[in-house]
Amino acid sequence: MTTAVKTPPAETLRHSHSAKTGFDVEKIRRDFPILNTDIRGKKLVYLDNAATSQKPRAVTDAVLRYYQHENANIHRGVHFLSQLATTEHDRAREAVRSFINARDTREIIFVRGTTEAINLVAQTYGRANVGPGDEVLITAMEHHSNIVPWQLLCEEKGAKLRVAPINDDGELLLGELKKLIGPRTKIFALAHVSNALGTVNPVREIIKFAHEKNVPVLIDGAQAVPHMKVDVQELDADFYTLSSHKVFGPMGIGVLYGRAELLEKMPPYQGGGDMISSVTFDKTTYNRLPFKFEAGTPDVAGAVGFHAAIDYLNEIGMDAIAEYEHELLAYATQKVSGIPGVRLIGTAREKAGVLSFVVDGVHPHDIGTILDQEGIAVRTGHHCAQPIMERFGIPATARASLAFYNTKEEVDALANGIKKVQEVFV
Amino acid sequence: MPELRDLYQEIILDHSRAPRNYRQPASANQKAEGFNPLCGDHFTVYLDVENDSIRDVGFQGSGCAISKASASMMTQAIKGKSKAEAQKLFDTFHKLVTTGESNGDKDNLGKLAVFSGVSEFPVRVKCATLAWHTLQAALEGKEDTVSTE
Repeated sequence: MTTAVKTPPAETLRHSHSAKTGFDVEKIRRDFPILNTDIRGKKLVYLDNAATSQKPRAVTDAVLRYYQHENANIHRGVHFLSQLATTEHDRAREAVRSFINARDTREIIFVRGTTEAINLVAQTYGRANVGPGDEVLITAMEHHSNIVPWQLLCEEKGAKLRVAPINDDGELLLGELKKLIGPRTKIFALAHVSNALGTVNPVREIIKFAHEKNVPVLIDGAQAVPHMKVDVQELDADFYTLSSHKVFGPMGIGVLYGRAELLEKMPPYQGGGDMISSVTFDKTTYNRLPFKFEAGTPDVAGAVGFHAAIDYLNEIGMDAIAEYEHELLAYATQKVSGIPGVRLIGTAREKAGVLSFVVDGVHPHDIGTILDQEGIAVRTGHHCAQPIMERFGIPATARASLAFYNTKEEVDALANGIKKVQEVFV
Repeated sequence: MPELRDLYQEIILDHSRAPRNYRQPASANQKAEGFNPLCGDHFTVYLDVENDSIRDVGFQGSGCAISKASASMMTQAIKGKSKAEAQKLFDTFHKLVTTGESNGDKDNLGKLAVFSGVSEFPVRVKCATLAWHTLQAALEGKEDTVSTE
């Protein structure tokens, strides 16, 4: 088994991290009450962070405080609470802007999550710019949410969906990819980090190349933002999407970042309250950015909770988080791939957060059930990425996905759990 | 607390490793496909039915240990039975894997009784019943793929 992450032997790694970075994982774990849960008498080992992350007390407190003391509808009333809620919502938008280093809060659109963000771009930018015979480019490692919206668009417009291939390690073939960007390519949508493989794509280089060909790029950042510092200006992304619930914030809210000049030209997505500046039965004029894309009452509590999550992450520091996780993933890669009969799916040189694997002679669904008996939560199945499973010729994988509150002891528990799986199936 | 060994009984592991009737009978005149989109389990059940009697049955496909063993043991249990008997057996089996009880029909179930442990693992019920739902579709002559979702 070749694994690309180069690490010293496991035992050297075992106790080295906290001394080096000052990263106190035990202190962090105390901020997440759910991590203290017992599952059938065993300590919870939560390794399903790519599906959703757990929430620190700071986030749940903020949501509760909002509903108990600040709740009102925004942009509606002259009364005190409405103004307070509006201010809180605005402050959350500014926190997101700063977190991903957008130029302006006008470029931060609150949506339900990454799925809605991608659908928004496909249905507005896409419908306005993609015509018959045009092409939309995606990659072979996309989540269904970055495939299906484009399929719907291409079907409607008579356009063609092109797919950039990957190699056996789960890395994009950049030479092939560049050949697929042509004069008919109207937009290129790809993941920053693959949810099923953990591959970190070289998005800055890819965006640079696409821009030389005048092709705008949407980056699905759902699996990147929890693990690393993201700077949309440095990446030069045209669109960048993320989901709060994968970044330790509440479920039900996410963000579409869009370059202001693109957003300005795009038609609205949904119609309703808040997205208009005036309505008559003859003509409606739309509100300015970002409100043009935010019809209806937004998830204010979600925004407040997400703001709290961002503050929490900033306090720890995304660079410290990335460094700790990198070492944890290297340790996990070595531990798990060292078990005879276990094969990693996704062995890219650059990876973040995800360890997908299969065990000889055992279906991933059975792995999941047996690990669950040990209190270990992993995802099993195709991870909403069926084309990837097909690419690797497997029906499914088991996926352990990490967050900065996970520990080497938990990785050891996973490794022991896998050995238990093998014992059941000898 | 549910025990793993209740779920993964030796006979189930045996059938999952070496499924019986894992073939397409040459005489098959009815078939159906079953699919569990959540975990990717996918089976085809082939039947040779004449005069209301299941003369031969086989299956092919891929899935977890529970779904494969269930398909394998199902083929053994229904061979030679009438359509109505097979349907009745499915009803009893379904009750067994969802509730752990068999209404005193344990004798009818025979070896299939080993699946009673599935009822302690609700997310695995679909695995145990996928082949049976597929059988039902084949008996009814349905062409569409059966989905557990």
